[in-house]
Amino acid sequence: MRVDRENEWSSLLRAANAGDALAYQRILKQLAPVLRSYVRRWLARSFVPDADAEDIVQEILLAIHTKRHTWIETAPVAPWLFTIARHKVIDALRRRGRRIDVPIDDYAETLTDNTEEPNLIGLYIDRHLESLPGVQRKVVKAIAVSGASIAETAESLAMTRGAVRVALHRGLAALAARAATKN
Amino acid sequence: MKTDDLIRVLAADPEVGRTPLALALVYGLLPGIAVSLVLYALLLGPRPHLLELVMEPRILFKIVYPLALFACAAPLALQLARPTGDPRPLLSVLLLLLLVLAAAVAAELVVLPHELWRVRLLGHNALFCMVVIPSLAAAPLVGALVALQRGAPTNPTLAGAGAGLLAGAFAAGLYATHCPDDSPLFVATWYVLTILIVMSVGAIAGSRFLRW
Repeated sequence: MRVDRENEWSSLLRAANAGDALAYQRILKQLAPVLRSYVRRWLARSFVPDADAEDIVQEILLAIHTKRHTWIETAPVAPWLFTIARHKVIDALRRRGRRIDVPIDDYAETLTDNTEEPNLIGLYIDRHLESLPGVQRKVVKAIAVSGASIAETAESLAMTRGAVRVALHRGLAALAARAATKN
Repeated sequence: MKTDDLIRVLAADPEVGRTPLALALVYGLLPGIAVSLVLYALLLGPRPHLLELVMEPRILFKIVYPLALFACAAPLALQLARPTGDPRPLLSVLLLLLLVLAAAVAAELVVLPHELWRVRLLGHNALFCMVVIPSLAAAPLVGALVALQRGAPTNPTLAGAGAGLLAGAFAAGLYATHCPDDSPLFVATWYVLTILIVMSVGAIAGSRFLRW
């Protein structure tokens, strides 16, 4: 099962890196519940309330997104994913002022959480979204909240598609950078 | 924001022609190295008769040794900048290079009369070397750090130190073509000390600017 998962994730991420947005969306959707249970186990171990879990899951997804070119396509993807996850969890706990005992257990112990919770909400990104420059904020919000496509966003904001893509890309990079420096 | 919404946003942002990390490091270093070379050409220049002297074992060693450090530091910095990078093989190479330096020092102590040890160790201008190498290293260090920002180092301080080693070793190799002090005693003391200074600056900068 673990081998299957590795194969599926690496082929999805390879496709995503080659520009396949659907493959990318699929792997992120598969990762979300796995990351959620991973984060919850960490929080439980550090005696932090579960309430922050979704924020941290979203921080990890953002980090995976902005750092996905650091995965070497011929290398296993799961160790890479969980190294990023672990780094972000430790970072998040540190920022929340927790003393951290780094466990040495194997990342592979994290199994998929079977409970379906598709609509969990994190507040953290919304908070940082407000501090983005206007155009970037509008673009991210249009796509996230109203579920618009690039083309629809371009039309409604009277921008070119290229400009929407650039604003989106910069906005996400800025959100990820803020995640690293501020709480 | 819902996690599903975030995923939709992320999927809408395609990976557009991301430069691989190794290439980014090259692009980052090149302008830094160019600035160093200009500084070198304007303020220092090669020592007189460098080409005739370059095959002298001591002179050859003090130029080639920093370049070997540089060649080791480049892949090391890349390993440190990748989440799953493994720096250990390259750290072994680094250790081996330190042993080579120790051997060079030992050989120098054997061939050199006792009364010259102190003179060669202090050299003509140790202080100048301590100022010039970090100055030549500054621009390549900035370039390397900018490039590594695109990486994802699990230990930003260490990755910064790796960038410092890269920049410091390059600067030391360049300065070696100007420096009149050739003894391995001088190289092992002052060159190594200045490279360590550049590494410390890199480590501090890394802990600030390479976080993600």
